[in-house]
Amino acid sequence: MEFAELIKTPRADNVVLHRPFYLAVEGTLCLTGHHLIFSSRRQDNAEELWLLHSNIDSIEKRFVGSLGTIIIKCKDLRIIQLDIPGMEECLNIASSIEALSTLDSVTLMYPFFYRPMFEIIEDGWRSFLPDQEFELLSSVTDEWRLSCVNKEFSVCPSYPPVVIVPKSVDDEALRKVAMFRHGSRFPVLSYYHKKNGMVMMRSSQPLTGTNGRRCKEDEKLINATLRPGKRGYIIDTRSLNIAQQARAKGGGFEQEAHYPQWRRIHKCIERFNILQESLIKLVEACNDQSHNMDRWLSKLEASNWLTHIKEILTAACLAAQCIDREGASVLVHGTEGTDSTLQVTSLAQIILDPRCRTIRGFESLVVREWLQAGHPFQQRCAQSAYSNSKQKWEAPVFLLFLDCVWQILRQFPCSFEFNEQFLIMLFEHAYASQFGTFLGNNENERSKLKLPQKTMSLWSWVNRSEELSKFQNPLFEANSLVIWPSVAPQSLQLWEGVFLRWNRPSKFLDEAHEEMINIIKYNKELQAKVNALRRQLAEMETDDRMQDNL
Amino acid sequence: VENVRLLDRLSSRKAALGTLYLTATHVIFVENGSETRKETWVLHSQISSIEKQATTATGCPLLIRCKNFQIIQLVIPQERDCHDVYISLIRLARPVKYEELYCFSFNPKLDKEEREQGWKLVNLNEEYNRMGIPNSYWQISDVNRDYGVCDSYPTEVYVPKSATAHIIVGSSKFRSRRRFPALSYYYKDNNASICRSSQPLSGFSARCLEDEQMLQAIRKANPGSDFIYVVDTRPKLNAMANRAAGKGYENEDNYSNIKFQFIGIENIHVMRNSLQKMLEVCELKSPSMSDFLWGLENSGWLKHIKAIMDAGIFIAKAVAEEGVSVLVHCSDGWDRTAQVCSVASLLLDPYYRTMKGFMVLIEKDWVSFGHKFNHRYGNLDGDPKEISPVIDQFIECVWQLMEQFPCAFEFNERFLIHIQHHVYSCQFGNFLCNSQKERRELKIQERTYSLWAHLWKNRADYLNPLYRSDHSQTQGTLRPQMAPCNFLYKFWSGMYNRFEKGLHPRQSVTDYLMAVKEESQQLEEELEVLGERLANLQKSQLTDIKVESKQQDRSKQLGLSASNNSLANTPQDYSNDLKSFPSRSPSQGDEEDSALILTQDNLKSSDPDLSANSDQESGVEDLSCRSPSGGGCLPSEDSGKDSDEAVFLA
Repeated sequence: MEFAELIKTPRADNVVLHRPFYLAVEGTLCLTGHHLIFSSRRQDNAEELWLLHSNIDSIEKRFVGSLGTIIIKCKDLRIIQLDIPGMEECLNIASSIEALSTLDSVTLMYPFFYRPMFEIIEDGWRSFLPDQEFELLSSVTDEWRLSCVNKEFSVCPSYPPVVIVPKSVDDEALRKVAMFRHGSRFPVLSYYHKKNGMVMMRSSQPLTGTNGRRCKEDEKLINATLRPGKRGYIIDTRSLNIAQQARAKGGGFEQEAHYPQWRRIHKCIERFNILQESLIKLVEACNDQSHNMDRWLSKLEASNWLTHIKEILTAACLAAQCIDREGASVLVHGTEGTDSTLQVTSLAQIILDPRCRTIRGFESLVVREWLQAGHPFQQRCAQSAYSNSKQKWEAPVFLLFLDCVWQILRQFPCSFEFNEQFLIMLFEHAYASQFGTFLGNNENERSKLKLPQKTMSLWSWVNRSEELSKFQNPLFEANSLVIWPSVAPQSLQLWEGVFLRWNRPSKFLDEAHEEMINIIKYNKELQAKVNALRRQLAEMETDDRMQDNL
Repeated sequence: VENVRLLDRLSSRKAALGTLYLTATHVIFVENGSETRKETWVLHSQISSIEKQATTATGCPLLIRCKNFQIIQLVIPQERDCHDVYISLIRLARPVKYEELYCFSFNPKLDKEEREQGWKLVNLNEEYNRMGIPNSYWQISDVNRDYGVCDSYPTEVYVPKSATAHIIVGSSKFRSRRRFPALSYYYKDNNASICRSSQPLSGFSARCLEDEQMLQAIRKANPGSDFIYVVDTRPKLNAMANRAAGKGYENEDNYSNIKFQFIGIENIHVMRNSLQKMLEVCELKSPSMSDFLWGLENSGWLKHIKAIMDAGIFIAKAVAEEGVSVLVHCSDGWDRTAQVCSVASLLLDPYYRTMKGFMVLIEKDWVSFGHKFNHRYGNLDGDPKEISPVIDQFIECVWQLMEQFPCAFEFNERFLIHIQHHVYSCQFGNFLCNSQKERRELKIQERTYSLWAHLWKNRADYLNPLYRSDHSQTQGTLRPQMAPCNFLYKFWSGMYNRFEKGLHPRQSVTDYLMAVKEESQQLEEELEVLGERLANLQKSQLTDIKVESKQQDRSKQLGLSASNNSLANTPQDYSNDLKSFPSRSPSQGDEEDSALILTQDNLKSSDPDLSANSDQESGVEDLSCRSPSGGGCLPSEDSGKDSDEAVFLA
């Protein structure tokens, strides 16, 4: 298929662009296969707006006489309005955008066409390989091994080819365990806590069904992570009620009788359409232009977004608490183990592990706990807050995770190497990107699409020093401690950087950020100067002394 | 009283055993704990309510709520003791004479001269001079010397030149409590001004020629504009109701060239109830997100804050952009009017956003114009219906502005919190009584100390590191977004949950940046010294001086910033489910403990006056208050073997 077939009108003149907090600009609109490009011709202030079609969440058209108006709502929550003279032109453009922003085939997406304009220093597809991770692990413990049981994705389609499992469990047992877990997602290592050797594992629900099936290998596998005489915790991210209901569909949870050394805790984290609706309501409230203070708060409340944040953070804190304070190992799962499970395991690592609070470490966490762990990005991020399609598999699971990270970052502003912009950037790229990183639903799909060969990795771009400098937190000072966030409602705030980003002027806040950077930069410059002078002095002094001695 | 338990508000199992002392000025709780002997000091004047609850098996609970939003829960073993404490506190918390207040016994060990210097720090005549007054339009009037015209006004009042004594006196007779229109702020750039008064006694039809002439005079003092705004800060309904009582508002037909405008800010009773409701929300034990947001919304608090801000923004805009003078009043012109005039001044004039300027602003719009501090903040036992958080709301407006304009203010959040604290503490004489007249009669300046001098002395603690006098945000008028940014107004947990450290960010960007800036300053000095030495060395090749001392300073400084960075804490009550599982005492790294102790030192040094007592223990009060979310900054609880168990219990 040629994109040209979809583009009925490639270009329109005298189009007026409206954005909040900017004056309306007149210019030319162009449509290409992957972009909507608006360029103003004004001499004094020429500017261009490039919008990826895949970033467009919904499009509305209105007509007043022959003047057509298109309102474009983006997945990054931005809303722009284009006034296009001529009804036919406007209709053509609208339908072209609609077609181009809803392409079915992944291979038609921009990452397959994007050619980077920068020099690739490090191939991001090879930046975070499981072997490297395992090497780090083997330097502190020899109780674990890399298993290739899932080579060719033959055992679990949503797992990566290599996983880390207890040394004492062989591949044959793993295959049996896989039969006992939903989607074959058998328990694998998620995190090893160096401080006390406790671990966090993740999996999907056990398939106990109504008659209480059991699987000796499964019991053996997870017991293998316990120290003699110690107990562990299973954190089920569903309420007890939902977990019980799951049995009717063949799912279920670990029975005390068969897992006597484990204590099960249910922490209810919502999923799927409940989250999607929450996002839709929240964004609606944020975009509401009315003046009434009361309505704002009740709408914020009614969206339940912050309630979800609180639930997720609480579950993650609990997992971290079990590991660090109770000195117990933890297994986390919900139903599939691809959504709330990953929110909990990844946030717990941010709380526990200082490495995850660095840029590189956080990237590695996203790769390990989200991409390789098989979070279905393509399904979940197909639509954002302005979608009207009520597809069951769309949900802002990853955005909620990023929001939770932001909440912790806000409470510990000096403990993270990255800043808020870094998190916002990840949010944007998860929903629409020129890079292939977030395409596909799991490693299996990514390898079939040959993404590493055919597309560019987000990490290849981000990890260049020009880009990195934008995402660095000037206040960062490595903090080797466990950081316990507060989950009280007073401590949780709306993430303005994402949800009010397009609805508030940010000039004054940006200036403050700049000021902060300058203060720190000046300090570093002074330090460098002082050190240089000291060295110079010391050299002269030794010279002197040598002369004296002579 | 011995064997008293101080409860942690959120987890009942975490309680400190200690001894309770009552002194003439403070309630003091000293923990029995061997090493730390942590102390909690509460000034009697901070106590807002005391509640004795039903005796339980463990003892008799006593709940003390403070005006600075601290809540203290004690359990006293003997019912009789509890009753005695209760009765004594009720008496002590409600003094009947000014002489009983703490400021008359508080002695910061300053000599007479230093005290007098302190009172001279803020000088309102200088302030009017700074505005450019007197000038050809405005002059100082002595019509109120000896408080002959209005006993709640200051002796020195600034009025238009064309307003004769006859006009002023005539106008004052037509205004509630004789509070005639007087100058609050003069905008040099375009001659527009903000004047303030009380409501006119217009009833349904009454007129007063002198009052009309007075408003005329205000208009004439601004030749650039042919009308003035008259802003009534009350809801229209309230103002109309006042007419029946012979009061009311200006009739546009009677006054030439005025534009009359209502801006509905609710009265002190509504505000008192609103705060009460919001505090109930803050007090909830582990509220859900919905409980909290609903409660916050139902309290209406943020709506009221927005109303005050909107009024201030309206006036600032009229003055700066339209060049029109504004007369502001409410009923008596000492609550809403003070709020609105000071918010508008703050928006208009960068000087008020400096530390010194802010002191001047409060002294000008609140203290000198007879804001009834004693009644509103219940310093002496009085009518509870007179109490209302009027200045608290103004202080919060400033905080909301600081959130929107992070570089615009020379001072930081702590400065505001400490001022709020001292409005209630009665430790300094500034806010005593209801008017200048009363303060002069009591000889406040000879018998007490000034808060401003105290804050000024510790100004390093109150600096906003992002403030730069040449930054664009520190120039000219601040123009906050009005509509549709309701979300700009946020709950201020730093104030209303001030003593629950666990709820706040664990690392302070302000403190961190201040430490960096301080270090930079030392580096600059060192650079200079090193530069000189280098020059000397190059000249004479002489080498025996050592500059190592400087270097030590620096590393100490670095230590400070590093420890700021490691405000470690303990987990909260994340789950009820861990309860029945035997918890082991975790083997905590020494590292964590030492970091916590360092933190405590930091806080101590940065909050020197919080506890409002004169001895050196002062910082402790702030630290020893119970931190609900697992004792965020209490090292003793963190490292304790048994207490840790409580962490997991709800």
